[in-house]
Amino acid sequence: MFRNLDWITIFLYLLLVGAGIISIYAASYDFDNAAILDFKEFSGKQFLWAGLGLLLGGVVLLLDYRLYEAYAYPIYGFVVFILLLTIFIAPDIKGSRSWIVIGGGLLSLQPAEFGKFATALALAKLFDSYNFNLNQKLTNYFRALMIIFIPIILILLQKETGSALVYVSLIFVLYREGMSGLVLFSVLCAVVYFVVAVKFADPLILGIPMGQFTVLLIICLIFCCMLLFYCKDMIIARNVIIGYAAAAALVAGLAAFGIDINGDIFFLTILAAGIVYTVIAMLKYKIGKFLVTIGFAVMSVIFLFSVNYVFDNILQPHQRQRIKVTLGIVEDLRGAGYNVNQSKIAIGSGGLAGKGFLNGTQTKLKYVPEQHTDFIFCTIGEEEGFVGASLVLIAFLALILRVIHVAERQRTPFGRVYGYCVVSYLIFHLSINVGMVLGLCPVIGIPLPLFSYGGSSLWGFTILLFILLRIDCGRKERRD
Amino acid sequence: MKSNFSRRKYIIGGFIALLVCIYIFRLFDLQVADNQYKENALSNAFLRRVIYPARGLIYDRNGRLLVFNQPAYDVMLIPKDVGKNLDTVALCEALNLTPQQLREKWAEMKDPRRNPGYSAYTPQKLISHLSQEDYGRLQEKLYLFPGFFVQKRTIREYNSPAAANILGNIREVNTKDIERDDYYRAGDYTGDLGVEKSYEKDLRGRKGVEILMKDALGRIKGKYEGGIHDEAPESGKNLTLSIDMDLQEYGERLMAGKIGAIVAIEPSTGEVLCLVTSPNYDPSMLIGKDRGKNYAALQRDPQKPLFDRAIQGAYPPGSTFKPTQGLIFLQEGVVTTATQYPCYHGYVNGLRVGCHGHASPIAIKPALQTSCNAYFCWGFKNMIDKKGTTSSKQFDKWKNYMVEMGYGYKLGLDLPGESRGFIPNSEFYSSSFRGANWSANSIISVSIGQGEVLATPLQIANLCATIANRGYYITPHVVKEIKGGKLDSIYSVRHRPEINRSYYDVVAEGMRMAVTGGTCRTANLPDIAVAGKTGTAQNPHGRDHSAFMGFAPYDNPRIAVCVYVENAGFGAAYGVPIGSLIIEKYLKGEISPARKGIEERMLNSNTIISSGVKKH
Repeated sequence: MFRNLDWITIFLYLLLVGAGIISIYAASYDFDNAAILDFKEFSGKQFLWAGLGLLLGGVVLLLDYRLYEAYAYPIYGFVVFILLLTIFIAPDIKGSRSWIVIGGGLLSLQPAEFGKFATALALAKLFDSYNFNLNQKLTNYFRALMIIFIPIILILLQKETGSALVYVSLIFVLYREGMSGLVLFSVLCAVVYFVVAVKFADPLILGIPMGQFTVLLIICLIFCCMLLFYCKDMIIARNVIIGYAAAAALVAGLAAFGIDINGDIFFLTILAAGIVYTVIAMLKYKIGKFLVTIGFAVMSVIFLFSVNYVFDNILQPHQRQRIKVTLGIVEDLRGAGYNVNQSKIAIGSGGLAGKGFLNGTQTKLKYVPEQHTDFIFCTIGEEEGFVGASLVLIAFLALILRVIHVAERQRTPFGRVYGYCVVSYLIFHLSINVGMVLGLCPVIGIPLPLFSYGGSSLWGFTILLFILLRIDCGRKERRD
Repeated sequence: MKSNFSRRKYIIGGFIALLVCIYIFRLFDLQVADNQYKENALSNAFLRRVIYPARGLIYDRNGRLLVFNQPAYDVMLIPKDVGKNLDTVALCEALNLTPQQLREKWAEMKDPRRNPGYSAYTPQKLISHLSQEDYGRLQEKLYLFPGFFVQKRTIREYNSPAAANILGNIREVNTKDIERDDYYRAGDYTGDLGVEKSYEKDLRGRKGVEILMKDALGRIKGKYEGGIHDEAPESGKNLTLSIDMDLQEYGERLMAGKIGAIVAIEPSTGEVLCLVTSPNYDPSMLIGKDRGKNYAALQRDPQKPLFDRAIQGAYPPGSTFKPTQGLIFLQEGVVTTATQYPCYHGYVNGLRVGCHGHASPIAIKPALQTSCNAYFCWGFKNMIDKKGTTSSKQFDKWKNYMVEMGYGYKLGLDLPGESRGFIPNSEFYSSSFRGANWSANSIISVSIGQGEVLATPLQIANLCATIANRGYYITPHVVKEIKGGKLDSIYSVRHRPEINRSYYDVVAEGMRMAVTGGTCRTANLPDIAVAGKTGTAQNPHGRDHSAFMGFAPYDNPRIAVCVYVENAGFGAAYGVPIGSLIIEKYLKGEISPARKGIEERMLNSNTIISSGVKKH
């Protein structure tokens, strides 16, 4: 069986876990230091977790791969039960009830971490069911979304927003399995619209904020592009584009003579004109794609105008603050921005080659909060510099691409879907965690997989990966 | 179906690859392209604690300690590290301030006009000169106030209330000092006035630095890399002044109640033995908390105690000028020792310069002895109006001699603020007379030290030293030795005016005669041969200035002195007695019983009241 194991994945796994332990040692190293393997220290404990994790991985590998298929739903059910139980029995730690304490504080586990592989198994099992096709019936979507949203809701109830958001990443799996790319595109557009609209409140262009102006411009461009590339109707697209160009020239000309037209009115007018024209023109043709295009434009406009309302009236003040700090609208170095600013300082001070192992001052002197857990990437950035940090990112990229490769070579939907679940989790964790440390994303407290200190997270990802490896072995066993 | 969507693996793979590229680009931006974060990290993690060196001590020529150091404590803080929930009540209690005072101090610290170097990341001074008790109380509670620390510094202490004009004092650096010299940081001290200023670089030493690491809560986590980057402070160098502090104090006592100056020089070395200006002030007024207030009061004082009359006061030299004229006439061949000029109670030649009763005609030595105005007017006239040349050329020749003798320019004393006095040149007169012809008679009063010429008491004393040396002087200086350093070489060079040594003998003899049987008889000490010259300088402010210059012993001079008392009448009235007391005190160590009466009179007299000057 070991012949069939994907050793490249195992090698990358061990590399990242090993680098993680060393970084945790560096991050928690005090000047009256302790040995790297002292089990009272974070690094020593992480070493212990890693050892037990490998043991766990070994057990996972020894079990029959068919077991995971057979027991996917019971495992899922069990984990959901534990997640539900956690809400009631977990003690309140910093406002969240997500930790189960076993043996009088000897061991704390976070069930949300184990929900990942259980959900992945259940989703894989669903897609593996006979003749299952996501696009066949709407109920199929509903079933898949239910599997995803049950843990999300339970984890939200534990007040672990970060961990809950991770499951949203399973949208990648749905995409891979046939969900319309338009959904992914819509999500991307929504994020871009939101950021642009919130961030650029001034200066005013044509009497409306620059952000709003830009988004309206993008909506018009997307409308044209969709007519052109999605509907593939050259005549309608040409007429709309020429019309828009003429309208834009007219407005620019008027502006040159000092006559400003309100931007909202202008964009909404030309969009409406384009839509009316398209509706009239499309009556002669097949309707579907035109409707999508028009719907997209209309939804975009509605979304844009509701952003400000949502931002000002629905979001909590601290959420607004975090978003503003992340987008660089306000600078708050003592409050929400402290972590990110200190983490940028720590990473920025590393330079090209870093300060050298154990020579980082920012992380050693505890300027960066949570430096051995969520902000572990700082330590690498400071001590190993641009070179080391880039290598770690490349190692993660290699792992993700390798897992995609492994997922794609599965012969059953079960293996493939499970593999893509692993990919989705890894992508989400990596992009949010590193993005947060680099000051590109809002601060969402999720760990860097395999790297950050914490037994639950490490074990969760170990089980997740090793089940995939076991299934991958099974593929070859089947062939043999 | 499968084949339809398997292309999507490239989109997912491409997405994460793109994201990683963006992150690597961002890393490059943060770590390699932008240096700001490295600087922030330094200010974050390192506390550069400056260790101030002890400032050099100052001794007098006899090894008497004059200026030393005492500790002072400044309350410093790094605003960034001061928590939001600073316990201001406890802080007020610890510092012995009212909340209102604390608010004021705080506002002052943050005011960009008063503290241009304010930054939340660097140490800022909240309160200076904490008393020992306040310091003790604060030190105990310092742990309650994160971001606060106490900076120990030294301030000056003085053993004597005298010589403030020589010693100077120290003050906090201002923005200009910091711009000029990057050694200074806000809150540092620098010398102000006196040798504290002119020898600042020797006295200040070199600051040391201790690099400590501090964590996010501002707690010190020990020395960075075991202290290998630390620099030990280097103490300032000690100075030994050429001043005889006993003589200085005696001179200041003699000058009490008078306005003026005494300068005494050791002729063979150019070392200044005393440099008295009156009125003076106690240097300890300018240390500690009250410096600003006291300094302002001294500036407002109408008698200008901050004005060092010994080196900054430019006075008409009066008859103390006559020896210079005699020297020039002899060197130029205008007169010989035998040349006699008539004096009919003065110089009468189209105009009249008055004189007093003595024999006529008169040669150079008795002319010096009796301070005959007519003699020097005739000499001057014969020099300037010499046939075959112009008055301008002759006058510039005359001016060059004067400059060689140390007049008209700063001598180069090692104290700040020296005045250059005034010696006109021919251009000056050509423009004053608007191109009209001028001759000796037009400017005749110059020959007797009146009119346009002005000199500082230091320049007059230096002339006296030159005569005592019979033809050379060494630039006067108040610092005799820098311990572990080297005195500027200009203070060992002999300057020789272009005048024969024999002519100096003539002038010295004339001055000796003035003491034995002329205008300076009060200075005729029984066992010391003194030579001297009085001066009685007319001035537009009130009574004549009383001046004297003299040296002793005649054959092997050890002291040359100039006394200048403003608006005190004849030179013989105050100048001569004070000068002779200085000479006697320095050479004998005490005043002989026979002369106690003179001493008593000088100590107790007040010329300010009778000066005839309403406002100073």
